[in-house]
Amino acid sequence: MGRPKTIVEKIWDQHVIHKEEGKPELIYIDLHLVHEVTSPQAFEGLRMKKRKVRRPDRTFATMDHNVPTRHRHIIKDQISKKQMDTLEQNCEEFGIPLADINHPDQGIVHIIGPQLGLTQPGKTIVCGDSHTSTHGAFGALAFGIGTSEVEHVLATQSLWQATPKTLQVKVDGELGTGVTAKDLILAIIAKFGVRFGTGYVVEYTGEAIRKLSMEERMTICNMSIEAGARAGLISPDDTTVEYLRGKRHAPKDEEFEAAAEEWKSLATDPGAEYDAHVEINASKVEPQVTWGTNPSQCVPVGAKTPDPSVLDDAQEQDSIQRALDYMGLEANQEIQSIPIEHVFIGSCTNSRISDLRKAAEIVKGGKVHKDVTAIVVPGSHSVKQQAEAEGLDTIFLTAGFEWRDAGCSMCLAMNDDIVPPGERCASTSNRNFEGRQGNGARTHLVSPEMAAAAAIEGTFVDVRKFGATVGG
Amino acid sequence: MEPIKQHEGLIYPLDRSNVDTDQIIPKQFLKRIERQGFGQFLFYNWRFNDDGSLREDFSLNDPMYKEATVLVGGENFGCGSSREHAPWAIQDYGFKVVIATSFADIFYNNCFKNGILPIVLPRHEVNDLLNQAKEEKVMIGVDLVNQLVKSDHGLVSAFDIQPYHKDMLLNGWDEISVTLNYAEAIDQYETEKAK
Ligand code: SF4
Repeated sequence: MGRPKTIVEKIWDQHVIHKEEGKPELIYIDLHLVHEVTSPQAFEGLRMKKRKVRRPDRTFATMDHNVPTRHRHIIKDQISKKQMDTLEQNCEEFGIPLADINHPDQGIVHIIGPQLGLTQPGKTIVCGDSHTSTHGAFGALAFGIGTSEVEHVLATQSLWQATPKTLQVKVDGELGTGVTAKDLILAIIAKFGVRFGTGYVVEYTGEAIRKLSMEERMTICNMSIEAGARAGLISPDDTTVEYLRGKRHAPKDEEFEAAAEEWKSLATDPGAEYDAHVEINASKVEPQVTWGTNPSQCVPVGAKTPDPSVLDDAQEQDSIQRALDYMGLEANQEIQSIPIEHVFIGSCTNSRISDLRKAAEIVKGGKVHKDVTAIVVPGSHSVKQQAEAEGLDTIFLTAGFEWRDAGCSMCLAMNDDIVPPGERCASTSNRNFEGRQGNGARTHLVSPEMAAAAAIEGTFVDVRKFGATVGG
Repeated sequence: MEPIKQHEGLIYPLDRSNVDTDQIIPKQFLKRIERQGFGQFLFYNWRFNDDGSLREDFSLNDPMYKEATVLVGGENFGCGSSREHAPWAIQDYGFKVVIATSFADIFYNNCFKNGILPIVLPRHEVNDLLNQAKEEKVMIGVDLVNQLVKSDHGLVSAFDIQPYHKDMLLNGWDEISVTLNYAEAIDQYETEKAK
């Protein structure tokens, strides 16, 4: 055995096609996921240069960003429709498998990759979408790329990349009751800032991470980009292997057992060194609510909004004040006093079956507050079906939630699921940027449980107390 | 892609940190299937009122910056979504160079594919440029060959750039053509490892 290595080094070494001193390295891409928004110009580029797609069999496309989440058979927005039609034509022309809007596999690209077993440990995975980091939960090296790179991967199945630097985020301890993976990743970003991962591939390690389910791990890795890291991953273990067993694109029978051994051998070796390191204790994390316009502007639910006047740094003061103004909040305002008008349960961060189960648990027996419009948008068609088989749709509908078809929906409001100007939304998505959920919309990021509780209370409420008093 | 070797232009100061790509180009404009024509939508929600009129409180609308080709921003410029529509909008609007104290990775990479030169300078230098350019017109010269910037207010600063990125801009490379020279190595990789 040589020097102990991190999982990132191991995956990297297996994928280098060409390297030269002082240059980025050419690495092979195992899986390329494609959606309607960031691909049209890439296909157009191929056509202009008369180039082909090198490996259509390593490419998989779906429609998620633009798709309506109700009345799907009639797409009113003609520009969205054109983008979807364009993807369909491109996939046909270039021979790429597509889960279109009516396909049983359709869903948010980062939900369906894992669900179909396309996402596997040790793979290099790219997509023209920053939340590609989600797939890192499996111990894959997965990152978002721009449209020029989409074209590059379509044509060559490779990318020029600098050798990644690694950052270990070690999470010891254990999450408390009512505290979720979403709260953990929000707390990590609140503590270390929206830039701490820039230039690194983050590996999440430690006792608390090992205890997370695959779906919770996906929530964590999903938001790596919100800390500036293009990729975040978790070393594969038995949890990873068991999740993949029986998935459609996973190896079968003896081949599966052999693959499982290989996957586990990718885990970071004891004693391997990272380029940087931070630590956080999970037992200290509380349910989180963002108050501002980037994901680090976040506090525990029992806290207040910050007071910029007590800060020394003028730029910092200015950016906090700007965020408070946009959000229509005062300094020192109790988070639990903030009334909301919308609740969105969905997005590639939190729309998997376990998210819906946990939200339904809170909702059960309650009623959506009279001033709140609440929607649930399952991450994929098959998550929707599973939820319906379990009766979760009835729980949500009885409580007054809307039950929609799969897509990105109000996470970025490119379809007609939009938060109106000045209105406030408790959202399980990943970005609270200005205008993200609609021009002038005010987004507060929370866990599915916190969103469900807020829907019923009409304000933010500590889900730990809520659980004890209502339904439970 | 058009090569860049030297550039001289007027600064537009955007004194904000964490400017995300949702701000640079809001999602309602991502539905187009072309690469051109995004400049008119740059910073749309900051530049325009709901009725489509110009917002006077947003500095890019100040006639003083009409000819600007060098955008100076704060920390973590271009964070968030991977949308390449962001550099397309910046370029189409007329900017050739973006200077900031730091950039988000994907945005930084996307710049090189579109003939935009992103330059990282130390915070005090960026702050000086921002403060001067807020007061009056400031011209800045950028020399990519020698990796130097010079403002007409006397700032002279060297900047770092990876040789690969530099070559890409100097030559206006089509990266895919470059990679296709390695087609044999890719074939070989596929035969050995990725069948
Ligand atoms: S759900 Fe939101 S973050 Fe995820 S891929 Fe869709 S738009 Fe992007």
